[in-house]
Amino acid sequence: MAPFDIASSLGPVAYALVFVAIGFGFGAVLEMGGFGDTRKLAGQFYFQDMTVLRVMFTAIAVAAVLIALATSFGLLDMARVFVNPTYLWPGIVGGLIMGVGFVIGGFCPGTSLVAAATLKVDGIIFLLGALLGVGLFGETVGSFQGFWLSSYMGRFTLPDLLGLPVGATVLLVVAMALLLFWAGGIAQQYLGEKKPWAEVRREPTPGGIILAGALIGASLFLVVRGQPDPEARFARMGPDVRKSVEERAIFVDPAEVVALRKDIAVQVAILDLRDERDFNLFHVGGSRRATLPDLESPERLKTLLDQPPTTVTFLVGNGEAAAITAWRRLIAQGVPNLYVIDGGVNRWLERYPVDACVAERAGRVDGRDDPAWRFLYATGSTQPAAWPELSSSRSFRSPCAEPAVSHGDTHQARSWPVHAYTKRVKLKSKAAVKGGCG
Amino acid sequence: MRTNREPRPYLNPYVAGTLLGVVLFLSFYVTGGGLGASAAMSRVQTGVLDVLAPGHVDRVAYFAEMAGGARNPWAHYAIYMLLGTVLGGFASGLVNRRVKLETRKGPRISVRARWGFALLGGVIMGYGARMARGCTSGQALSGGATLSVGSWTFALAIFASAYAASWFFRRLWT
Repeated sequence: MAPFDIASSLGPVAYALVFVAIGFGFGAVLEMGGFGDTRKLAGQFYFQDMTVLRVMFTAIAVAAVLIALATSFGLLDMARVFVNPTYLWPGIVGGLIMGVGFVIGGFCPGTSLVAAATLKVDGIIFLLGALLGVGLFGETVGSFQGFWLSSYMGRFTLPDLLGLPVGATVLLVVAMALLLFWAGGIAQQYLGEKKPWAEVRREPTPGGIILAGALIGASLFLVVRGQPDPEARFARMGPDVRKSVEERAIFVDPAEVVALRKDIAVQVAILDLRDERDFNLFHVGGSRRATLPDLESPERLKTLLDQPPTTVTFLVGNGEAAAITAWRRLIAQGVPNLYVIDGGVNRWLERYPVDACVAERAGRVDGRDDPAWRFLYATGSTQPAAWPELSSSRSFRSPCAEPAVSHGDTHQARSWPVHAYTKRVKLKSKAAVKGGCG
Repeated sequence: MRTNREPRPYLNPYVAGTLLGVVLFLSFYVTGGGLGASAAMSRVQTGVLDVLAPGHVDRVAYFAEMAGGARNPWAHYAIYMLLGTVLGGFASGLVNRRVKLETRKGPRISVRARWGFALLGGVIMGYGARMARGCTSGQALSGGATLSVGSWTFALAIFASAYAASWFFRRLWT
């Protein structure tokens, strides 16, 4: 499923050519639309010419509709599409600065490229200025790094903000674009000076009506059809993802989890999917209780998506069934470096048993989600088994020991047997292609 | 009567917008990322600086990320896209007979003044584009199509600011 991993599937030359081809289309369309002419660009802000508004918002509406259609039909995996992360205030301040630059210089960076390519001297000079400007930013950003990194909201989209489905949001975008075209035409007619090079407002052409109708029709269709749920998205993912479940590549031995917890280069997060009762009876040290709906809420999902590439997240249940379901849904939503603890808490307790006076065996360890141990009281993470990586268990008081008569040390030193395991965790960094802003 | 040497008219903006939307969609569909120009400009600038003052590039974190040490700022998809954009613009200009050494400007200012303001505007634009982590194409267009909140607030800011500033610079264009 798209997008394609062209960095690894194509050779370096073909990889470069893909981007040259996309850039070629970009440059050619900008030029054909008149974006190489600074008067048409600056004319936007004097109501002389509405080309900027019309081209930009038509492009946004068309692309938004096409993207939503592709994801709706499972042709495009939105989780692997780059969405510009929101840094609210640096973005707004940058936009305010650029607005002034636009009116003074008469171009934006992309359009100055095509102006320069068609030998417009002002475009070439603007381009040189822009190169100076980006250099100046690099020199000075160190002094306001705090602001530049502030108000970070991650992958934050309009559907998240409005609490609307994607289809309804796309419909709003299309409606807003059409409204702007209408208002822009009126503004041009009554406010702007007529220019020979500017297009005069005409009545809507048959083509324009067809385009508007197609955009509205497609977004209404999107509203009705909706977007696939995570299970459906998972089913659409490549065969290698499904194979990784069948071949148990996502199941990590408790011993490997313990080894990773000792690894200073890796952050381990364990999400315990069991209910509160089971969690209180025993849980792996440092794990946090989480429910699937909770993890799929926009807020939580965003933090999961935003984790640094050195973080490994493990899902754990009593057995495996609940963890696998959660894994499938979260993987389909793009959560990176996500694994399931092999056999769940039941296997963990088999590997790292607790004393007989704390819990007794009550069932089999077979991957099912029933607890295999019956705890006599809630131990939380106070048992040595919750922290097998601590070689000395000095801080754990054994409940099975006789009440101390002596004043000696009643703490038990325990060392766990070393288990052999197959390494499963492979840390992956995020998508490489970030569009033009990378 | 139209002579053969005269430039062809521009595309209808809605047709151009639709084509641009399709190119943008294809970019997302094939590569997972959108269009853009400012990141590549930053790389060109850093690449040139890396030739002139490699030690300085290594010391400034912002540049070092792109060209520090053995890193090659040129081998990057944004650079390939920039190359394509220039080629595409040139090809379209050639076909439509718009490749011509000339300066476009408002009626009331001289060519030299236009050059000066283009340089100044370019500096401001380049600075702002990096502040906002993208230009009109990388943020407003690409982020707009993927419905990013930050991209929409950015687009709003740039239009609002340009309309607000337009009165002060009306001599340049009207």
